[in-house]
Amino acid sequence: MTRIALTVNGSRCDADVEPRQLLAYLLRDQLGLKGTNVGCDTTSCGACTVLLDGESVKSCTVFAVQADGCEVTTVEGISQGRELHPVQQAFHELHALQCGYCTPGFVMATISLLKENPNPSEEEIRLGLEGNLCRCTGYHNIVRAVQAAARAGA
Amino acid sequence: MIAAAFEYELAGSVDEAVAMLGGDEDAKLLAGGHSLIPAMRLRFSRPSLLVDIGRLDDLRYVHENGDRIAIGALTRHAELVRDPVLAQHCALLAEAAALIGDPQVRHRGTIGGSVAHGDPASDLGTILLTLDAELVARGADGERTIRAAEFFTGPFENALGHQEVLTEIRVPRAAGTYLKHVRRAHDWATVGVAAARVDGRVQVGLTSMGTTPLRARTVEEALASGASPADAAAHAADGTMPPTDVSASSEYRAHLARVLVRRALERL
Amino acid sequence: MSILGHRVLRKEDSRFLRGEGRYVENLPLDGAVAVTFVRSLLAHARITGIDTTAAQALPNVQILTAADMELGPFGPPPFPGLDPGMGRPLLAVDRVRFVGDIIAVVVSDDRAVGVDAAELVAVDYDPLPAVVDPHEAAKDEVLLFPEAGTNVAARSGSPEHDEKLFDGCDVVVSGTLVSQRMAPCPLEPRSAAAAVGPDGRITAWLSTQTPHQDRMVIAGTFGLDPAQVRVVAPDVGGGFGAKMLNVEEVLLVWLARRLGRPVRWTETRSESMVALPHGRAERLDFTIGGTREGKVLAYRLAALQDAGAYPVLGAFLPNLTALMASGVYAIPRIEFEGRSVVTNTTPISAFRGAGRPEASQTIERALDLLAAELGMDPAEIRRRNFIAKDAFPHTTASHAAYDSGDYEGALDLVLRSVGYDELRDEQRRRREQGDTTQLGIGISTYVEITNGVDETEFGEVEITPDGGAIVRTGSFSHGQGHETTFAMIAAERLGLPVEKVTVHKGDTDEIAKGTGTYGSKSTQIGGAAAGLAADDVVEQAKRLVADYLEASPTDIVLDPALGRMHVAGDPSTAISWADLASRASDDGRLAELKAEREFKSAPSFPFGAHVAVVEVDTETCRVELRRLVAVDDAGTLINPLIAEGQVHGGVATGVAQALYEHVVYDDDGNPLTGTFVGYAFPSAADLPSWEAVEMETPTPLNALGAKGIGESGTIGATPAVHNAVVDALAPFGVRNVDLPANGENVWRALQEAKA
Repeated sequence: MTRIALTVNGSRCDADVEPRQLLAYLLRDQLGLKGTNVGCDTTSCGACTVLLDGESVKSCTVFAVQADGCEVTTVEGISQGRELHPVQQAFHELHALQCGYCTPGFVMATISLLKENPNPSEEEIRLGLEGNLCRCTGYHNIVRAVQAAARAGA
Repeated sequence: MIAAAFEYELAGSVDEAVAMLGGDEDAKLLAGGHSLIPAMRLRFSRPSLLVDIGRLDDLRYVHENGDRIAIGALTRHAELVRDPVLAQHCALLAEAAALIGDPQVRHRGTIGGSVAHGDPASDLGTILLTLDAELVARGADGERTIRAAEFFTGPFENALGHQEVLTEIRVPRAAGTYLKHVRRAHDWATVGVAAARVDGRVQVGLTSMGTTPLRARTVEEALASGASPADAAAHAADGTMPPTDVSASSEYRAHLARVLVRRALERL
Repeated sequence: MSILGHRVLRKEDSRFLRGEGRYVENLPLDGAVAVTFVRSLLAHARITGIDTTAAQALPNVQILTAADMELGPFGPPPFPGLDPGMGRPLLAVDRVRFVGDIIAVVVSDDRAVGVDAAELVAVDYDPLPAVVDPHEAAKDEVLLFPEAGTNVAARSGSPEHDEKLFDGCDVVVSGTLVSQRMAPCPLEPRSAAAAVGPDGRITAWLSTQTPHQDRMVIAGTFGLDPAQVRVVAPDVGGGFGAKMLNVEEVLLVWLARRLGRPVRWTETRSESMVALPHGRAERLDFTIGGTREGKVLAYRLAALQDAGAYPVLGAFLPNLTALMASGVYAIPRIEFEGRSVVTNTTPISAFRGAGRPEASQTIERALDLLAAELGMDPAEIRRRNFIAKDAFPHTTASHAAYDSGDYEGALDLVLRSVGYDELRDEQRRRREQGDTTQLGIGISTYVEITNGVDETEFGEVEITPDGGAIVRTGSFSHGQGHETTFAMIAAERLGLPVEKVTVHKGDTDEIAKGTGTYGSKSTQIGGAAAGLAADDVVEQAKRLVADYLEASPTDIVLDPALGRMHVAGDPSTAISWADLASRASDDGRLAELKAEREFKSAPSFPFGAHVAVVEVDTETCRVELRRLVAVDDAGTLINPLIAEGQVHGGVATGVAQALYEHVVYDDDGNPLTGTFVGYAFPSAADLPSWEAVEMETPTPLNALGAKGIGESGTIGATPAVHNAVVDALAPFGVRNVDLPANGENVWRALQEAKA
């Protein structure tokens, strides 16, 4: 076991982890943050996307030990109290979610995308989200939601 | 899935990493982890020890070094994509990096990790081979420079010794193009073609046409003796044994290589 | 003003947006042990030994095999006509029949240790020849069930051929459409948990679409009274037809009973890709004949359905293909013969469309082929064959009783919306110029059947003490938004704001009965049932108000805009739901403001027309879908926002089949597309935006006027895209491209045309 210390959603967390424990499972199992979902084994689906030191990463492809000393933001950490983050609000208003399983990953990927490219074209949005898969929505409303969030200055 | 258990050590320097590797013959290096961790999760790869070099931030850089551009082995793909020195002097490398995986992968994957992992479907290996890049490695016996042409020895195999760590990659100033045919945007290349002018010569590289990245030497020779792009491109698959898999048959790959080599040469 | 037909934002969104989705994997379950399945690595083999010594040596690990259980086939056969000898045992006894078949179960405290242990279970296999191609399987040379004596699991239609079927036809063309095997890929892999309570009752938490039906099968399997079993489907992350009870969930219940401890399991994606049933895998050989004016006179279909290793629902899908064979066309003579055969592959079950995409994919291809033979525009040949708008209800030659439709209207609308003539001009230009990138325009006009087996759904409405309402539905939304749609229906009937109506679902202890959600039936029977129950509550409320006001119930009216009831003509007597509930509550009469209904309906037939515009790089053979315009008529739309979302998702899956996805096995039955790397599930970067065009032709079958819509997009999109690709390549002499019609398959088609 290795002892690590990291900041998750603004709070310091200390944890003992097996080296093979993924960041996704540290978040889910030890910190009780169930919003980050594991949807595949091959770093393909992006349902596990979180921010690591401000950049989107797939938490299923990071060992918890690699996050030692880092700042992690999950979907639970982006809304202020009960008010939704502008990206969450846009997803709601544009009906960009159905079963919801891929949604936290898309929301975090979107936050990172808009940080790097605040005014993306539709093509840039689609390419910017190529690392996230959805089976329900056909992506159409997700793209509209990202556009709305960008307009709102998210 | 869950990886098989392993020991973990964090290296504070390259020399420390070298020593740690020496302690276990089944040890592997962990950089960005985006080649290794997927393989470990499926239990295709089961190192007994991971030596983590991911914190060696002094290996993240791009700068001019004489007639070459020097790139630290731990530079992330996303950093290559936005680097101004590369944009000016070797945009081909940045353009290829932009086609790897997806944004999340590019935030973590490193050029050294990707190249050392040696997937024949990797884009950067082809770029380095096409550019006659040099790869600098440090091991127990000190530092050495390996030419790209000698680096890729087989599928997921390279010329590095067990205790060697890639520290830097050196590419020439060069203009070129990389065409990547994919099924889906974030896929590995079905076939990739790099064409670049290096020291006045046109050099052509191929992804996913064999067990390593390949140089299309017959194409290059044809061009050197004055053949048109179309005529030279007809040789694109010469001497290659492209795989058949769920993405494409060997014959279709050969066809793609010919088409893409012609297009890449026409763009140069 | 009615709220129906408005784009009401979803009530259920908050928890999903915040990462508080109640997926089974997220539910706390104290003391639960982890379950890991040991699955076959071979497609067909005898098991001659299972050595668990090494696995057993890991801490807190227990391994169980068939030797530890009384076994029989899994539950009752799903449909009459299946040989019980082809039933799947819960754990492999002495034979495995597909890669993924379960050989042993590992129970561990720690999930990671469970995976380690599963790997250490040493299975001795005696390999048997594997049969993967249904055509080969149909030869009955390699038998999966020797006692059955055949690999044919089911037959449909009739093998009799009328030699005169194509009499009078000036032109007859034939072809083959292989609707390739697909993996449903819900983003949430299956998850299940089970526990036995102190009272001996079983609770199973399942990632399922069918909680009530699952409860019946679990009870039946263990010989229990259904009252002894509770199934809770909390939030489920997509199903698409595949998440209905399978062996894993039953094994979890068995383990919970045997061990006396709660158990839980979540499949990995790699596991899901072999263990969750696949879809499609139906091969259609077709012959179509018509006059030289393009009037279709006869259509013959022979279906070969791959059932996978253990026949389940998939074996019967050709019946739906047969039923819907002629689509939107008035074809007088139809012949259909179908066989389903077992192969050493993952079993086939329902997947978004389930038998109907195969029908539309084939008839639309056949129409285009006939049109090409006649040199006729594909839109024109369709016009000449539509069932007329005034011909409804219409029963087809394959015995489907269509309720309402306006097929020509849908075609006109889609052609106008896409700018058909301008596209043909552009195509002509590119052909004349010999452009490397050619344009392809593909049309599909389709009809589909929802609530296909005349099902009944349960709905209950109850007024709460504070004057709100609870709807309890037997439908089970796993992304389709019933918490909003059904709330809208009840709110409209009751005259309550949507915010005050809450929809409950998924817990068999709370919801008295139900069938679940599949077959695009939920709004038309579940929503309808809830609406009827709400009407009943209004009538009962009027009687209560009449009591309180000492009036006659027939004199009481509901003002839905204000949510109040009063004596007709005297609004000063008005009493709100809140006041009524409060008073009734005080009087112990709140139970009078509760009603339940079951609503049964015949199937309804949504329809539509899609046009796909593709660009084909004739050198690299890469196909890019530039536009897809979809007209989908599902009758009255309760919530157009949600309906559109269903169309978008359905279309994406339809396009995915046309251009990307294919589950592939090698000749030994090894899966070659067992992860999202090999299986080409498209991302947003691989698809365009959709152009969904509204059209509503109500159905007379329910008070809402609503048909189903969940699968329509899929059924319409695949043939439109497929036809577009073939259209693009027509100048090269290509008459067919295999699905997925992209890359390799386009290249092959071009090579064959050159030869």
